[in-house]
Amino acid sequence: MKRRQFNKALAVAGALAAVNPFAIVRAQAQKLRVGVILPRSGYLGFIGQSCQKGADLAPGVIKELLGVELELMNADFESNVDTARTRAERLIQEGAHVLVGPFDSGAASAIAQVAEQRGIPFVINIAAAPQITEQGYKFVFRNFQTAGDIVRNGLDLIGELFQATSTVPRTAVFMHVNDTFGQAMAKGINAVLPRRTQLPFKIVDQIGYDPAAKDLSVEVSKAKATNADFLLLVCRLNDAIILRREMVKQRWQPMGIVSPGSPGMYEEQYFKTLGKLSEYSISNVPWYNPKSNMTQRVEAAFKKANPKDNLVFHGLNVGFTFEAILIAADAFKRAKSTDPKALAEAIRQTNITEKMSLGGPIKFNDKGQVEGIGSACVQNLNLLPTVVLPQEAATAKPVFPVPGYKKT
Amino acid sequence: MPAADLVANVVVSGILTGLVYGLMALGLSVIFGVVRVVNFAHGEMMTIAMYAATALFAALKLDPFLAMLPVAAAFFVFGYLLQAGLINPFITRPEHSQFMLLVAVAIILVNAMLMVFGPDARNVQVDYQLESFELGPLLVDKARLFAAIAAVVAAAAFFAFFRYTLTGKAIRACADNYLGARIVGLNVKHLYALTFGLGAVCVAIAGCAMVLLVDVTPPLGPSYTLLAFVIVIVGGLGSMGGALLGGVLIGVSEALAGLFITPSAKSMFSFGLLILVLLLRPQGLLGKRA
Repeated sequence: MKRRQFNKALAVAGALAAVNPFAIVRAQAQKLRVGVILPRSGYLGFIGQSCQKGADLAPGVIKELLGVELELMNADFESNVDTARTRAERLIQEGAHVLVGPFDSGAASAIAQVAEQRGIPFVINIAAAPQITEQGYKFVFRNFQTAGDIVRNGLDLIGELFQATSTVPRTAVFMHVNDTFGQAMAKGINAVLPRRTQLPFKIVDQIGYDPAAKDLSVEVSKAKATNADFLLLVCRLNDAIILRREMVKQRWQPMGIVSPGSPGMYEEQYFKTLGKLSEYSISNVPWYNPKSNMTQRVEAAFKKANPKDNLVFHGLNVGFTFEAILIAADAFKRAKSTDPKALAEAIRQTNITEKMSLGGPIKFNDKGQVEGIGSACVQNLNLLPTVVLPQEAATAKPVFPVPGYKKT
Repeated sequence: MPAADLVANVVVSGILTGLVYGLMALGLSVIFGVVRVVNFAHGEMMTIAMYAATALFAALKLDPFLAMLPVAAAFFVFGYLLQAGLINPFITRPEHSQFMLLVAVAIILVNAMLMVFGPDARNVQVDYQLESFELGPLLVDKARLFAAIAAVVAAAAFFAFFRYTLTGKAIRACADNYLGARIVGLNVKHLYALTFGLGAVCVAIAGCAMVLLVDVTPPLGPSYTLLAFVIVIVGGLGSMGGALLGGVLIGVSEALAGLFITPSAKSMFSFGLLILVLLLRPQGLLGKRA
C-alpha cells in the first residue's frame, strides 16, 4: 500500500469512527454469551446430557431463524445444588450475559439467588417448584409449568385416561422422590386431588424416597403391601429404573404406573436399560407439538447432530432447553444490547408464537412465569414414548390396565 | 401396622444385603485388626471392584460370580503392592499422616474412575437378576440371595484361613504382638502386605456381589467407606465376626426403619445404632476392650 492510499484509508476509517461513536458497543453486542448450567453428571446426568443436546443445536437454528449470534458457555453442576451456585457465579464472572438451565428445582432456586444478586437474566428451561417465581425476582424467568400446573394438568389427564379406557381404579399408592421437586409435587397432589372429585381413586399410602437411592426394595415392598390398584409416581430417571426392576423382582403388577408429571419414564435411558420392561409406563408431562414448524426445524438439526438418536426420547428436555435459549436470543435481538437490564426488560416483553411446546404463546406474567403450557399423556408403546392423550394430539390409543395386570 | 409377611420379607432382604455389607466391612476390620491402619479408601476400592465386574461382563459376558476370581486375584496383588510400597513406610508415623495418605489414595481413585468410566451409572444384566424364589409368603430376590451366599462362603474361608493355616496364625501373631512377632523372626512387613491383600480380596468379592444389587457410579465410594466404618464400629473394630454381625444389623435396621418409619430415614437409623453402641459398648458388640 502506497503512502497516499494509506492516508485515504486512514481518513475513511477516521470519518466512520466519528460518524458512529458507538461502533465498539455494537461490536460487543453482536454476540450473546449464554451460560448453560445443566447436571451433565451425577444422578441427573443422563437428563442433563439430554438437555445439553437442545442447547448444542440452538445456536445454529437460532442463527438461521433470527440472525443472532450465540456463544454457549457450558457448565456441569454435577447434580449438586451447591455446585450449581458456584458454577453460576463463575459463568457470570467469565462474562455470561444470560444464564439458562438447570433442569432441577433445587439448583434453579440457588442459581436464581445468584442471578438476582448479580442482576443477570436467568431463563429456566425445566424446574417446577412454584416458589422460584414467587420471590418477586426481577431477573428470573421460567418457561415451564409450575408443580401446581403440572399436577392439575397431570391429574386431569389421568381422568381422561380412565374415561378413554373405561376403567375405574379405586386406589393408588403414591411414591415420590424426596427432593425439592418431589416435595413440591407431593404438596400439589395433596392439595389438588381432593378437589378433583371426578377422579375415582383415593391415595392409600404416600411413600417418599431418596432421589439418589441405590436400593428401593423396602419402598416397593411397602407399596405392594397396600394392594393399590395403580402406582402414582413422581420420579427421576435412575430411581424410576431401580423401582421398575424392583417391581418385577417382587412380582408386583398393578394396573399401571402413572406419573402425574415427572421425568424418568419417557427418557431414552429408561428404554435402553429396561428394554421391554419400559413398556406401558405413562407420564403426563409438558410435551412438544410434533407438527409445529419449530419442531420440524429442531428435529432436522437434531438428526444432523445426532444421526443415531431420535428426538422423541429427548423431546421435553431438548424442546424446553432450546426454547429457553430462543427466549434469550429473541430478547437480545429486540434489545440490541447485552446490557442485563435491557435484556431482562426485553425478556419480560417476549411474545413467541412459533414454538415447540404444546400450549399458547410464550409470554411472561408479572412474576416471570409463562402460563398456559400444555401437557400430554405419553405412554411407552413399542419402545417409544407415544402421545395417547389428548385425542387431538394422540398418535395411538392408551393401554390401561397394562397387559399382565394381576390383582394381588 | 405392616403385615407379618411384609415384615418377614423386608427382614430377609435386610439380612441378605447386610451380609454383603458385612463382607465389605470384614476387609476393613481385618486390615485394621492386623496392620492398625484405617483404610479410608475402602469404599473406593469396592467401587473399582464393581466397575471391574461390569467391564468383565461387558467384554466377556462373565457373570459377576465368576468374575470374583480374576477380580479378587487382581485386588490381592493391588492390595499387597499398596501396603508394601506405600503404606508400610507410614506404619510407624503418626495417625494423621496415615489418615491423609489413605484419604489422598481415595481421592485419586475416585478421580481415576471418573476419567476412565465417566460419571454415568453402570450395571450388569444377568438372566436371573429380575427373578425371585417364592418360599411360602417369602419372595426372595435371587441375585440378593446368591450375593449373600457368596459373602458367607468368602467370610467362612477367611475365618478358616486365619484360624487353621500357618500364615493365618502368623498374621494373627503380628496383630497380637508386633514386637514379639519380629523377635520370633516373622517377616512382619510381608505379613502386613499379605493382610492388606486379603482385605482387598474381601472388598473385591463384596464389590462383584454388590454390582448385582446396585448400579455403580464413581461417587459411590465415600458412602461405602462410611458404611464400612459404621459396621465395624457397631460390630467391633478388628473383630471378623463383629463385621458380619454389624453388617446384618445395619442391613436389617435400615430395612425396618424404611418400613416402619419412612424410607428417607434409613441412614438416620444406622447412625442412631452407631451412637447407641458407642454409648453403651464402645468396643463394639463383639470387640475386645482395649
